[in-house]
Amino acid sequence: MITRTGVYPNFIALYTLTRKEMSRFLRIWTQTLLPPAITMSLYFLIFGKFIGSQINKIDGFAYIQYIVPGLVMMSTMTSAYANTASSFFLTKFNKSIEELLVSPMPNILILIGFMMGGILRGIMVGFIVLIISYLFTHVPIAHPLIVILMAVLSAMVFSLGGLINAIYAKRFDDISFIPTFVLTPLTYLGGVFYSIDQLPPVWRTVSMLNPVLNMVDTFRFGILGVSDLNPWYGFGLVSLFFIVLFTWARILLDRGTGVKV
Amino acid sequence: MKALSVKNLKKIYPNGLAALKGIDLDVEQGDFFALLGQNGAGKSTTISIICSLINKTSGSVSVFGYDTDRDLAHAKSLIGIVPQEINFNSFEKISQILINQAGYYGIPKHIAATRMEKYLNEMGLWEMRDQPAIRLSGGMKRRLMIARSLMNEPKLLILDEPTAGVDIELRHHLWRFLKKLNESGTTIILTTHYLEEAEHLCKHVAIIDHGEIIEHANMKELINRLHVQTMILDIARPLTIEPKLDEFVWRLQDASSIEVEIHRQQSLNDLFNKLSAQKIEISSMRNKTNRLEELFLHLITENKNQAPRS
Repeated sequence: MITRTGVYPNFIALYTLTRKEMSRFLRIWTQTLLPPAITMSLYFLIFGKFIGSQINKIDGFAYIQYIVPGLVMMSTMTSAYANTASSFFLTKFNKSIEELLVSPMPNILILIGFMMGGILRGIMVGFIVLIISYLFTHVPIAHPLIVILMAVLSAMVFSLGGLINAIYAKRFDDISFIPTFVLTPLTYLGGVFYSIDQLPPVWRTVSMLNPVLNMVDTFRFGILGVSDLNPWYGFGLVSLFFIVLFTWARILLDRGTGVKV
Repeated sequence: MKALSVKNLKKIYPNGLAALKGIDLDVEQGDFFALLGQNGAGKSTTISIICSLINKTSGSVSVFGYDTDRDLAHAKSLIGIVPQEINFNSFEKISQILINQAGYYGIPKHIAATRMEKYLNEMGLWEMRDQPAIRLSGGMKRRLMIARSLMNEPKLLILDEPTAGVDIELRHHLWRFLKKLNESGTTIILTTHYLEEAEHLCKHVAIIDHGEIIEHANMKELINRLHVQTMILDIARPLTIEPKLDEFVWRLQDASSIEVEIHRQQSLNDLFNKLSAQKIEISSMRNKTNRLEELFLHLITENKNQAPRS
């Protein structure tokens, strides 16, 4: 019996899921793209212009310039997370996940398809916020390749985080638990608004384990050319998080956790 | 070749419920097969395991020779499923639901677009292709799920109560469509509560009860096993005197209809001859209940009276 499986059909399947995920967040752009643009404009205005003008330069940059990479990265991460968390949970909730489960599409491609949706939304939001930042200040793009790589890698990590959260979630409230109690503290303590050189030595060491700090710091190195930590350490740690989360998500999908009994 | 082969399939849910207790099931290629059972008997669990929507506890499933443990992708690519419950995103456009489903099966868009037109026309939904699915009525949603299940042109189509809650006209349309599909070579497995539907469409039948297959037979042979049929005879002119039908068990429903039990060894000709001799004219005749329904209830009751269950 001839069956339709293999590389080309799998490519079509992955393309279909990615396109579906992208059209979903573009269709509801007032909920997905507009809010971070408005919120970050307010951050630039209040923290950057009004309060930042009272703060000394950090690493030779004005405060508003210093916070641009952190805010771009913060928007990228939260958008990537929110995309997979809400999309996968809703797919589970309305049972349309069964459309994927009955198809010959391998679990790894289902995982990558949802992750691609998160990456695309995260990068798009990050790019919008970066463009907005030019309305308030100017930042050099010191190492463009590092900027792109770290933005994509961070979006991948947070997309996977959102996916794992949605796999375990039983109610809609469950997908806001991790962002509120884990991600927000990690983000605000992740050097978005300050340099870790300003912290006492103990907290500086503890902060180095925070993946968000490493993402922000390496991204800042890409944009401003200055960093508190070694960017290669940042890439290494974030890559490690990616491998762990990817493997975890893959095992969950293979087991059918949260979607099959 | 076997379209489906299920061996010693068991499913124990996390709450301890043994939904399937080691069932065996074979469906030949080209068959139109009915899987019957009461609510909670294990029909949907069986179907969901075949389609990878539920994890099995043990046992094996193979589809056209592809074992779902070793060649899952091949097996899945040959199956189409129409589930019992609505399982699409109601906010998506009808056309998008079908194109996406085809895409998940690795079917290029230009082929998917042709199939979409074909099956939406077949299901009477082509004019609504640009509407979000939420605008569809219950019957239309069911037809959409049938169209969606055909996008990969499956060799094995599984329908879990496809006509539940569907009006009579549409049900007959679906019956004609499914018959045509089966004649063109698609193997079809159907679960239904309308036993008339199963009798009308299916060549083979399995009856599942409390997670066990209690009957697996050819439909005609099974029907022939029915010992007694209860017929209702409508009489052209109301009776003035009681008819004499000594060899038959009968009772008057009212002055213009008689209920008669006809055993397998008895002949309808004998009954009509007796009635004619008494100048009783019959205007119409029908089964009191569907024949398969009588048999089904008999088998279920028989099974209930057997060994106690764990």
